Amino acid sequence: MTISSDLAVRASGIGKVFPSAGGEVTALTGVELEVAAGEFVSLIGPSGCGKSTLLRLIADLDSATSGDLTLYGKTARRARLDQDYGIAFQQAALLPWLTVAANIALPLDLHRWPKARRDARGAELAELVGLTDFTGRYPDQLSGGMQQRVAIARSLAAQPKLLLMDEPFGALDEMTRERLQSELARIAAETGAAVVFVTHSIPEAVFLSDRVVVMSPRPGRITDVIDTRPGRPRDEALRESPEFFARVTAVREALHGAPVLRANER
Amino acid sequence: MTDQVVAPGTAAVVSEERVARGIRSSRGTVLAVRVAWGLAGVAAVIAVWELYKFFGPADGVTVGGDGSAGSGVILLPRTHDRAMPHVWEMIARMFAPTSGGDTPPLVVSVAAAAGTTLGLAALGWLIGVVVGSLLGVAMQRWRLVEAGLLPWIVVSQIVPLIAFAPVVNAIGTQVDRSGFPWPPWLSVALIASYLAFFPVAIGMLRGLSAPDALHLDLMRATSAGWWQTLVRLRLPAAVPHLLPALRLAAASAVVGAVVAEVSIGLRGGIGRMLIQLAGQASSDPAAPWAPTFGTVVMGLVAAGGVALIGVALHRFRRGEDTA
Repeated sequence: MTISSDLAVRASGIGKVFPSAGGEVTALTGVELEVAAGEFVSLIGPSGCGKSTLLRLIADLDSATSGDLTLYGKTARRARLDQDYGIAFQQAALLPWLTVAANIALPLDLHRWPKARRDARGAELAELVGLTDFTGRYPDQLSGGMQQRVAIARSLAAQPKLLLMDEPFGALDEMTRERLQSELARIAAETGAAVVFVTHSIPEAVFLSDRVVVMSPRPGRITDVIDTRPGRPRDEALRESPEFFARVTAVREALHGAPVLRANER
Repeated sequence: MTDQVVAPGTAAVVSEERVARGIRSSRGTVLAVRVAWGLAGVAAVIAVWELYKFFGPADGVTVGGDGSAGSGVILLPRTHDRAMPHVWEMIARMFAPTSGGDTPPLVVSVAAAAGTTLGLAALGWLIGVVVGSLLGVAMQRWRLVEAGLLPWIVVSQIVPLIAFAPVVNAIGTQVDRSGFPWPPWLSVALIASYLAFFPVAIGMLRGLSAPDALHLDLMRATSAGWWQTLVRLRLPAAVPHLLPALRLAAASAVVGAVVAEVSIGLRGGIGRMLIQLAGQASSDPAAPWAPTFGTVVMGLVAAGGVALIGVALHRFRRGEDTA
């Protein structure tokens, strides 16, 4: 049993209710989730299952209606103010008037790092995501994949112990997507950061994750957790291995089982 | 490698240069076409003026008059030389002495007067931009301020300036009397700012609300406070909304300054000159056109000045083309 401050994320009994015109909408209910330090956890499920909402709660971009949520033993708000996590969204959300280097270093700039340290860290991150030759460019001069790499570099800027990613590769083509997945797997391993990763894609979740959390809508809740820790490095060969396919199948069955369960519940 | 920019090999460089040259020459062509259209517009106005003067009846067309001067409804204006001087007479008058004798050419007097008024308009513009920006920021920051203030800001523009100007001047005189010096030109600048602040306040409010929800989430997730979000995200994102507002404010400030000069009777500016020369138009019909053209040039200079600001802020007008 780990003590709670060793857990990157500890959520118990999390519920989120949005008020709406036709009464209240329950976005999440009874969410129990523990993410260990250095662990890669994916949240997967159909639209409306609350996976992005859960990520926003962890990031303190929204607050839970009920339940208890801590990041490394701190409240979500404290963790946000202390910059314990980095975040990346489906859109790169780069500031168009800043160069790649300035975009990467934006969090450091906002926290008033001295320029020399900021530049050094920025260069390091640009190298990490393979954009060293493009640091002087502006976002509109980059492809979608390169913009997303800048966003990932930015999320890593303050050396967070936790990365929150909301479908960061959702808007990219399949080839770019697979390459960035491999890069992210390498980066996560190198930095040792825990990752909470929201995705629609089963192969993506299986490839990247130690555990895949399967969620189901109306009301949004966790229906299954599948261990997908590979017994081997996350490389291209993994994508074609039988164990990979077996786990993809396991996640798919867990996902597709959900509607049946819902029908039973009615 | 779909997301890598093509390495600049020789072939790529050559074609890029060719493309760049093509763009440059087509830009030059575009500019030439624009200038040509501008000149054609001016020429068309002159042509219409002169053609109407040539073909139109000398005493115009009046309906329902009893024959005495000034009676009836004028349908077509008079075309005789006192009412409509030739364009070349207007130009010639500009280079003749302002009021006979050794006085400097009219164009010099007009330039001096326009300079004075433009200075007041610029001061008014600056005050308007500061006040408008602060109002915009306050309205963006507090929804309650927006709800309470925005209707009044809109209403403020309905008050006729010509009625409002003497009030400002009267208040200024009171302030002056109570010991704090209040030069009359300050009233003019203030009245100009009264017109200028409006587009800035509205443009600022819209511009500050322009950033995507995603960018705002990013700032919050990076634990940036309100001030940092304002300076690092909202203000830069507001620039594309702000530039047209600043241009509009500049034009309004010029109009406001001219009207205010006329209204409170400030000497030295182009508004006063316009009224004075228009009063003498029956004996010197070409003269009032010089300050009229002067105001047009002032408007162009003001708009040009704002365009320069736009060039300086070019960086903030970049679009994030692909997401």
